[in-house]
Order: sequence, then structure tokens, then C-alpha cells
Amino acid sequence: MRKQILTLLLLVFSGVQVLHAQSFLENSSVNGSFQTDAQYYMLDKGIDITDLNGKSFGINGFGKVSYTNGNFSAGMRFEAFVPELNGFRKELNGLGIANFYATYDNGFLGVTVGDIYDQFGSGLVFRTYEEWSLGMDNALRGVRTIIRPAQGVTLKGVYGRQRFYWAPYNERDFSNDDYRGIVRGVDAEWDLNQSISSMNNSDFKMTLGGSFVSKKQSDQSMFYNIPENVGAAAGRINLGYGRVAFSTEYAYKINDPSAINNFIYKEGRALLSSLSYSQKGLGVVLQVKRTDNMSFKSMYTGKQNDLDINFIPPINYTHTHSLPSMYTYSTQPNGEMAAQFQVNYTIPKGTVLGGKYGTKLAFNYSQVNDIVRDSVKFGNEMGLNQPGTLGYTSKFFAVSDHRFFRDINFEIDKKINKDWHVTAQYINLFYDMETIEGHSGAPDVKANIAFLDVSYKINKRQSLRFELQGLWENKVHKGYEYEESEKKDYQKRGDWVAGLVEYTITPHWSFSLGDKWNYGNPVPEFRDHYFTGSVSYLHDATRVMLSAGRQSEGVVCVGGVCRTVPASSGVSLTVSTSF
Amino acid sequence: MKKLFALLFAVLMFAGVQAQQKSDLPNVTIKNLQGKDVNIAKLSNNGKPFVMIFWATWCGPCIKEHNALDEVYADWRDETGVKIYSVSIDDSRSTAKVKPFVEGKGWDFEVLLDTNKDLARAMNVSNPPYTFLFDGKGKLVYQHSGYFDGAENDLYEEILKVVGK
Repeated sequence: MRKQILTLLLLVFSGVQVLHAQSFLENSSVNGSFQTDAQYYMLDKGIDITDLNGKSFGINGFGKVSYTNGNFSAGMRFEAFVPELNGFRKELNGLGIANFYATYDNGFLGVTVGDIYDQFGSGLVFRTYEEWSLGMDNALRGVRTIIRPAQGVTLKGVYGRQRFYWAPYNERDFSNDDYRGIVRGVDAEWDLNQSISSMNNSDFKMTLGGSFVSKKQSDQSMFYNIPENVGAAAGRINLGYGRVAFSTEYAYKINDPSAINNFIYKEGRALLSSLSYSQKGLGVVLQVKRTDNMSFKSMYTGKQNDLDINFIPPINYTHTHSLPSMYTYSTQPNGEMAAQFQVNYTIPKGTVLGGKYGTKLAFNYSQVNDIVRDSVKFGNEMGLNQPGTLGYTSKFFAVSDHRFFRDINFEIDKKINKDWHVTAQYINLFYDMETIEGHSGAPDVKANIAFLDVSYKINKRQSLRFELQGLWENKVHKGYEYEESEKKDYQKRGDWVAGLVEYTITPHWSFSLGDKWNYGNPVPEFRDHYFTGSVSYLHDATRVMLSAGRQSEGVVCVGGVCRTVPASSGVSLTVSTSF
Repeated sequence: MKKLFALLFAVLMFAGVQAQQKSDLPNVTIKNLQGKDVNIAKLSNNGKPFVMIFWATWCGPCIKEHNALDEVYADWRDETGVKIYSVSIDDSRSTAKVKPFVEGKGWDFEVLLDTNKDLARAMNVSNPPYTFLFDGKGKLVYQHSGYFDGAENDLYEEILKVVGK
């Protein structure tokens, strides 16, 4: 497979060379980027790091170059994890060319060979992407064809095998747990407004789309009869009328027993809808989601985020400050009922409350509960989620009392005068730690969180920023009675305060000092300080950041996909640039 | 085979380094807030410079940068004719939120949706915010990673250079 792709690449390259030898030099451009994240780990008895397990440093780095010449482009990415930073998957350890591609696209026809990133609709049946900060890459190595037969119509087809860390693509090693299958998919999208001339300038907007994706896998199971072809289909519609927009996508997947769903033979379903209203100064959006057994991987034994073919978006608010983002929700692959409501409003300039610059307000409510599962009959027994059975039945609109997550927050963002700017937020949070983090027996997190973020411009070049944050748990705090044997489950629990001062000299320098203090942990020895200091340097496309201090155990999430970061102490350096 | 590919690439790179004046806009098609396809290679602003900023609804510094630009945008347009394209890299969990978010904040930029980061990848943007300035012919003249308070003044100086003021 790889040889064939490379040969094809060569042919494409040499073809371009011969045909356009002249314009080749004149019209081509090359760009690329580099990034290195390195950390030096140190022992720190204060936060219980008494052994580095022989690993005193980690380095994650990549370099990529891409070449463009009119309709043709090609590129590749080199990656090195020597060794990987703590918290990244051990399988990443190594280095090499992780990704390459060549694309020709003339507007009517587009062909890509190599590693493909694409998404059908909202991704419920197909999405391949790369997220460096998570060490996540599920690129599909193969071929993609895009045809645009008429204005507003796009047809896509993909075929290939997904990236599985450094495992070779051309040979799978079942003895080494590489059960990857082939992924094939087609997608069609029809934008009526671009396609039908009388609708070109209409206030009414409509786009229709549909996709079908299947995996072909090899049944290597000794216990179960694994289907060798698993298909999933989705249909979507986007409607708009003036200020109102509605979009929805529904997906269905046939039975797909896997390690994630405990080898049940139930079908999967997902529905994602949103309704929004926008006018200048006001935006309102309501989103709802139901997923049921929709984990879809090209390897039935896959764990965590390995080899996901689809993407189930969480629809909660994404926090950026350190305490509110300490308890970030991550999608539960086996089923969710979720809703979110968000309002953004700007009180106009020149009013009493709006002042000279206007006042920006935001409100968000998001909640995720489990779906309701009823037992099914197998043989002469009734059972719930038993491997090898149909698993369960589930009423589509029923919502379980089991709540995974809830976030109610309110934000105010106000420029007071030309020197002062204030942002403040209050958050009421519910977080089912047992389900989300898999800590069995851990009590739910019910907390009130608040932050104040104040910026002050000293002069045209210099500014100061202060952050003050607090997190207060309703139940687990100083004096909470815990079982001595479960003590370790209370790491990072209880009340926190955090503060940060940042001094910036535009355009190049920024210095910050901060502390997070778990002062209200029920376990006295966990009442630790997490001091950090950092220096950043920006110059055009280059960013250098050096930081030192303690990192608390936590979860880093991007796009609802998360990785856990172990507690650490040390010095870290990030350098990135592009050209 | 891999080595050959690498070698070939090195040759191409060399060829590219010698390349002359050209548009630096990649041939990538993404959507605008109205759902319409926008081919980035064909972006223009009637011969006037334009700015492209990558951001996301979940990125604090990006929102700061947008708020700061929003205050000066009308003046910038009057003085230089510059246009700002604001490219959201929000993925499907928040794509539907981008329009109400932008409108709710009252921003006037031309917003594009790079839902699966096709454009960000083509332009080597690893972390938002990331700012590019193109001249009237689509040639890249300035780029900047990150945002610090007041950095919009430096961007404006670059814009002024492009329009020859």
C-alpha cells in the first residue's frame, strides 16, 4: 500500500516537473513550522513525587513542510517523542515521518494521496484530525477524491487505514494487538443556495448532506463473532432564515461489538441539533444531543481515543481559566443526553449600563445525563449490557436521573476606560468524577467557582494582568470525613484559590508568576501550593516559553478529547515557529 | 523509498526557496457564516491589504484580540481600506455557536469557519491566536503568533507600510 502511494506520489511530482518546469519555480511556495515541547522533571516530596521512574525529561517535537504550486500541494510532518512527555501515550515513543500527502485540486476534481484529514458533516460518522497538544492523530492513510460536479454540490470519497501511533500501515501485527481495519466512506453535500440561481440571494438558506462510512475488520476474537463489515450512515440538514438558523444531523450505526461497549451487538444512534438566533449585539443558541452506543473505531479492541473514526462533540462550555477547567467534561462514548443554552449580549455603547465601550454579558447552561437502558432477554435470562447480547434497549427521548455534568455560568466583560479592562465569571458546577474519570467511589464534585481577570495598561507598550480565582466544593472540604484507605482519591479535591500576575512588554515579552493553593483539601498533606513562573518571548511567527514550577494532576482537553496530566515538578520549554 | 521521498522533498524545498513573487494563499475551500463556500486562494480586498486571524470561541487571548480590533476596525478601514477575515477553528462541538457568539459580541469582521482545521493546517497555524497580513495581491507580508495587549498597534504599523502611508 505504502509503496504504491509513494510511486503514485513520485509520478505526480515528476509529471508536474516536466509539464511545468518553467512555472514551477515561479509559482511555487514553501512553508512549514516547527514546535518543540520539552520538560525536565524533578523530584518534589511536597507533592508526593518521590520517584521519576528513570525519566528525567521528555521531548515532543514536530517539523512540517508543505509545498504549493497552484492546484498542486504536498507536504510532510516529522515527529519525535524522545521520550514522550509524561501524560502522553507510551506508544508515541519514537521518531520518524508520521505524515505525508500530495493533493491536486482544480476546483472540479480534487485528489489527495497520503494522510487525509477530513470531516463529514459534524463528524458523527467520520472525522480524522490531529491535535498536537493531546498527542492525538487519527489520520487516514489512503486516497481521497472530491468532485464538485455543479455549483453547490460536493461529493467526497475516502479509503484507507488510520494512524495507530507508529505501527506500520502495510502489515498488521495481530500478535501485537494491531487489529486495524480499512475505513471507506462517501459523503454528499448540496447547498441549494449556491446551486439554484433563484435561491442565490434568498434569505432562506438550505443545505442537505448525507454520508455512509464502513470499516472492514478482521475477526480475531476467540469469544465473539465480530462482524467483518460495520456500516454507519448519517443525514443532515442546515436551514437558515434571516437571523434564525437550525441544523441537525442524525446518525445510525449497525451492531459493532467492541471493547468500549463491552461487546454488545446493539445498533448505535446519534442526534445533534442546534437552533440559534443572531442579531448585532445578541446571540442565542440552543443545542441538544443524544448519543447511544456510537463509539466507532477502526479497531474493535481500541481503547480510549485510539482509532476513532467518528467524533462525538461534547456541547458544553469550554473554560480557559485554570480552576474552572480543572473539571472538564469529556464525552461518554456509550451514551449521553445533553443540552446547552447560551446567550451572548452586548449592552450598547452610550447607555447607562453600557458606558462608553459597551458591556458584554454571557450566560451558559449545559447539562449531560445518561440515557435510559432497559434489560433485554438472552436465552432464558434478562440482562443489562451483557457481552455477546443485544445489550439493552433504550427509549429515544428518555433521560436518566444519572447526571454526569452540569455547568451554569455567567460572565461579564467590561472595558472600564482606556486603561482598565475587567472580566468576571461565576460558575456553578456538577461533575460526576466516578463516571468521567473512572475513579470508582469518588464523591461527585459540586462546586462554586469564580474568577476575576483584570488588565491594566501602564502605557502604550506595557501592561499588567491580575487573575484571582476560587473554587469551593459544597461537600468535600476541610473537615470532610474520608476513609483512610481512600485517601489518595482526594488528591486535588476540596477548596482552591489561585492567583496570577502577568507583566507584558508588547510586542515581545511577557512574565508571569502564579500560585494555585489547595488550601481546603480534606487530607492535610494534600494542602499544597503549586507555584509557577514563566517567561514568554514572541517575535513574528516565533514563540518561546520557559516555565518552571509545579503542575497539578489534571486533565487537558481540546475539543472534548482529553488526556490526563500527572502531577509534576520541573522546568519546561516550548519553542515554535513557522515560515 | 522513504529516503527518496525525503530527498525529493528537499529538492522541492530548494526550488521553493528560490521562488519569486506569488500569492501565498493556499487552495483550500472553507465556509463562511452563511454556509457559502469560500476558496481562500481567491480571497482579495480590491487591491487593498487584508488580515487573517485564526481564533476560537474557547481561546481567551483570541477574544481579547478581537475586542481590541473591534474598537479600531472602523478607523482602520477608513484610513487604509484594510479588511479583517476572522477564521474560527472551532470544531463541530461549537461551530453552531460561532455566529451567535460573534453577533453577540458585536464584531464586524468577515468570519470564516475552518471546522476541521484544513486552512490552519495549510497555513501552519498550530495555536490560536495567529495573525497574517497580506498585501493587495495576496502576498504574505507579516505574521504574528499569539496576542499581547496593544499588539494591534504593531499590526497597524505593518498595514500602514503596505499601503505606503
